[in-house]
Amino acid sequence: MIEAIRLTVNGDTREVGVPSHFTLLEALRYVLGLTGSKQGCDKGDCGACTVLLDGAPTLSCILPVQEAIDREVTTIEGLARGDGPHPLQEAFDITGGAQCGFCTPGVLMSAAALLSHSDDPTVSEIQNALSGNLCRCTGYTKIYEAIELAAAIARERVALEDEAEE
Amino acid sequence: MKLEDFRAKQAERAANDRELHEALEREFQVIGQRLRRTDGLAKSTGSAVYADDISLPGMLHAKILRSPHPHARILTIDVSGALALDGVHAVITGSDMPHSYGIIPWAREEFPLCLDKVRHVGDGVAAVAAVDEDTANEALELIEVEYEVLPYYLDPEEALANTEAPIHDPKKAGQNGNVSKNVHLEFGYVDAMMTQADVVIEGEYYFEGTTHTAIEPHCAIGYFAPAGKLTVWSTTQVPHYLHRELARVLDLDVATVRVVQPPIGGAFGGKSEPFDLEFCVAKLAMITGRPVKILYTREEVFYAHRGRHPMLMRYATGASRDGRIKAVDAQTIIDGGAYESFGLVTTYYSGQLITAPYTMESYRFDSTRVYTNKPCCGPKRGHGSVQPRFAIEVQLDKIAEHLELDPIELRRRNLLGPDSRTVNEFRITSNGFLKCLDLVEEAADWTAKYRRLPYGRGVGVAGSCYISGTNYPIYPNAMPQSAVQLQVDRSGRVAVFAGASEIGQGSDSMLAYIVSEELGVPLDYVRILSADTDLTPVDLGAYSSRVTFMCGNACIDAARKIKQQIQQAVAEEWLCRPKHVKLVGGWALNGLDTETKLPISEAFNLAEAKYGALGATGSYNTPKDIHGSYRGGTIGSSPAYSFTAHVAEVDVDPDTGFVEVGKIWIAHDCGRALNPVLVEGQMEGSAYMGFAEAIMEEHIFKETGLHNAPSLLDYKIPTSLDTPEMQSLIVESVDPEGPYGAKEAGEGPLHPSIPAIANAIYDAVGVRIDRLPFSPPRVWRALQHRTETERAGDIAPWKTDTQ
Repeated sequence: MIEAIRLTVNGDTREVGVPSHFTLLEALRYVLGLTGSKQGCDKGDCGACTVLLDGAPTLSCILPVQEAIDREVTTIEGLARGDGPHPLQEAFDITGGAQCGFCTPGVLMSAAALLSHSDDPTVSEIQNALSGNLCRCTGYTKIYEAIELAAAIARERVALEDEAEE
Repeated sequence: MKLEDFRAKQAERAANDRELHEALEREFQVIGQRLRRTDGLAKSTGSAVYADDISLPGMLHAKILRSPHPHARILTIDVSGALALDGVHAVITGSDMPHSYGIIPWAREEFPLCLDKVRHVGDGVAAVAAVDEDTANEALELIEVEYEVLPYYLDPEEALANTEAPIHDPKKAGQNGNVSKNVHLEFGYVDAMMTQADVVIEGEYYFEGTTHTAIEPHCAIGYFAPAGKLTVWSTTQVPHYLHRELARVLDLDVATVRVVQPPIGGAFGGKSEPFDLEFCVAKLAMITGRPVKILYTREEVFYAHRGRHPMLMRYATGASRDGRIKAVDAQTIIDGGAYESFGLVTTYYSGQLITAPYTMESYRFDSTRVYTNKPCCGPKRGHGSVQPRFAIEVQLDKIAEHLELDPIELRRRNLLGPDSRTVNEFRITSNGFLKCLDLVEEAADWTAKYRRLPYGRGVGVAGSCYISGTNYPIYPNAMPQSAVQLQVDRSGRVAVFAGASEIGQGSDSMLAYIVSEELGVPLDYVRILSADTDLTPVDLGAYSSRVTFMCGNACIDAARKIKQQIQQAVAEEWLCRPKHVKLVGGWALNGLDTETKLPISEAFNLAEAKYGALGATGSYNTPKDIHGSYRGGTIGSSPAYSFTAHVAEVDVDPDTGFVEVGKIWIAHDCGRALNPVLVEGQMEGSAYMGFAEAIMEEHIFKETGLHNAPSLLDYKIPTSLDTPEMQSLIVESVDPEGPYGAKEAGEGPLHPSIPAIANAIYDAVGVRIDRLPFSPPRVWRALQHRTETERAGDIAPWKTDTQ
C-alpha cells in the first residue's frame, strides 16, 4: 500500500508516496533518490545507513519511514551547507579516512553528531561515537585522525567567524 | 593597477619561480607526497555511485532460490507457480545456462544455477525476475524443487576418507572425487637435513576459515540492448575475467559484451571471480528485454564466501644450534568448500610463498585441497599464504625459545638478503626486510619488553613476504598483463583509460599521481576512467597485489611517450635540447633557464600542432624467464616481493582468557611509497584484518551445513572499540622494476599480525595457542592446562622474575 507522508530531509519538506512497509533508508534511496546512505546489512548491524534524526545518529535501515514524520532528517547529502565541503568531508579527504568509501557516509553522520556537542573530542570519545559503524578497510586509525582534524578545522572556522563579527 | 597590487603580483611571481626552481632540484614532484585521493570527496559527500545506487528505467529485480541442503541431487524443478504470479517476468533454472564456468580455465566446474546437483547450503537453483524484490521473493516460495538428499561432508579429513558420494566426479578414473588438488614439492634433502639439525620442533596448527566481509554486498545489473549488446554493471574486482566468462556461458560474441565496474565498497578478494548473480542478471535481461538488478542480502554474501581456507598444518622445522634453519617439512590439509575457485593456486601458495624472507637449506611441502559441502573458499587478502605464515612464524618463535635466542636475532641469522634466490628458486630483487626488523624492534622498544614485561603482558614478533603480482596470468597468453591509454586535451587535461579496478585501495589515484608526475599537470587536470571493458584496455584485475606494479608501469610507459612528443615540440620552439624541457607544476620550462616557460596547456598545443591529436598507449608485461625450473615453479613467481615485520603487544587476562591487543607496530617494505597516506592505509587495514582473524573471526558451519552466523552482528568483526592502536613504518627499498621502485602494500602487511599476536600471548602468559582464533575460552583452557602442569611440578611458573 502506498502512503502519502510528509518528510523533511536536508531542510526540504515534501509530501511523497511511500510503500507503507518501507524503512527510512528505502524511502531515501528508492523514493527520494538520495543514494548516499548505504545498505550494508539491512539489519542495523553495520551502520552504513546512519542518518541524523533531529540531530541524533539513527540507523535508517531499521527505522519504519513513518517514524521520520515531523522530524528533521539529515543525510550525507545534506551535511555540507553549500559553502564547500563540511570540515569532516575536507578532513577525511586529507587524511585518507575513506578507502572504499562505503561506510564513509554513515561514519560521517555519527561523527557529525559527535562534533555537534563536542568541539575537541578525545580518541576515546571518537571510538565510542563510531562503535556502531563498521569499517573494513582502514583499521579506523585514519578515521580518528580525520575526525580530530575536522574538529580543528571547525574550531578554526568558528574562531574566524567570531573575529569577523567583532 | 595599484602599486601595491603590482608589487604583490611581482612577489607572487618571484615566489612561483623560486618554487619551480626548487621543484627542479627534487627527484619527484608528486610521487612520495601526502596527497589526496582522486575519489575522496565523491565518497565523503555521498555522490559516488556504487552498483546498488544505479537504477535504470523499467528495471526489474531478481532473487535467487538457494538450496537448503548441503548435498543433494536435483530431481525436478517446477516453476509454474512462480511464473503465474502477478509481477513475475521470467524464471530461469540451471538448464537455461548449461555451460560451466570457473576462474581457472582448466577447472570450470560451476554452473550459474546448479544443473543436477547442489553442493552446499545456499547453492543457487533458480532465479526470478519481477517488478520488485518483494514479488521476486514471493515467487521463490512458489518454486517447487524435489531433491534426493545425499551424504555430505563438512570435515575435509572425513571427505578424504569417504568416496561413497563424491562431491565432484573424480578428475581421473580411480581418484577420489573429493580431492581438489594435491601438490608435493621438495627442495634439497629434507630428511637428511632434519637428522643433522640440533633442534627439531614439531607443531600442529589450525587456521580457522574467515571471510572478507566487505561492507558493500555483491550487486549486479544487466541490460540487453535491442541491438543485441549486453552490459553488466557489477561489483567485480576482475572485470576482464567476468567479461570473458559472461560471453562463454551466454554464448555471446565477446565483442558484444560490456562489463562496467562502478566504485566498489570493499572487496579483499571476495569479488575476484564471477558469481551467480552476474550470469542471472544477464540472462534475465536477455529474456525480458528489461534491465535486471540483483543485490545480495548480507546472508547471501556469507554463503557466496570465497574466503580464507581453513587449513590444518603439521610442521617440522629443524635448526642448527646457532639458529640457522636446516629443514622445513610441511603437511597441509586445505578445506576448499564445494568448488574449485582459485583452488589450484591456493594449494600451491600454501607451500610456495613461505620460502622468504628466510634462508632454509631444505624444504618440503605436501598440500591437499579437499572438497567439502560448504560454501567455496577462495582468495582472501594474502591468498593461501596467511595460514602457513602463522605456522612457520610460530615455529621460529618456538625454536628461538628452545635455543634461548631473541626471536628477532633468530630471524636476522636467517636473512635472505636482496638479489637472492629462495630455496624454491624464486628471484628476490629488492629486499628491505632487515630494515623492517630494525624499525619494529626500535619503535616497540622490543629489548626492554621481550620477556621483561610483567606476567599477563607480552610482545611478539613475526615477519613475512608477499608477491607484487604473478609472472603468469590465469589463462595462458603472451599479451600484456596491464595496459593504459592516455588522451591529452587542448585545455591541459589528461584522460587516463585503464582497465584497473578501483576497489578502495586507491588505484585510480595512483594512476593520477603518475600522470601528474610525468606530464607536469596538476592532479585536478587528470581524469581517470577505469574498469569498463568497452572503453578501457585490459588489466587483469585487482588481485595478487598486482595493480600498482603492473598498471603503474603501463601508465609510466604511456605517459613517457607523450612526454617525449611534448619535449620535442617545445624544444623546437625554444631552440633547445628536448631533455632540457621540464614538465613541472603546470608548466613547461627550460631546465637551464627557468625564466623561459609556457603553461602546460600551451606546451600540449605545440605538440598537437606538430604531431596531430595527442594520445598514447602503454603496457606492462611480466618477465617470463624467472621462475622455478620445476612443474609448478611458475606459481608464486613474481616480478618483486614485498617484506613486512610486525611487533604486537598484548595484555592477557588470566582470569578470563581475554586477549587485548594494545598495539601493533607495522614495518613494511613497499619499494617506494607513491603516496605514503595510501600505503599507510593499506598497512593499517591489513594489520587490522589480521588482528581480526587472530582474535575473533570464525567462518564456521553448523552440523546441518548451515552457516553458523551469517550476519554482521553474529559474525564478529572488530569495531572501533576492539581495534588496537597501529603504527605504520614505511620502508623503501626501491625496487629495480617497480614503478619508481614501488612494490605492493595491500596484502603483505596482513600476514605477520597473527603469528606476532600468538607469539606475544606466549610472552605474556607462557601458553601456545596454535589454533585460531585466540578466543577467551581457548586461551583460558590453555592457561588452566598450564597451571595444572605447573602444580604437578613439570614446568616452572611463567615469568616469576618479572612479577
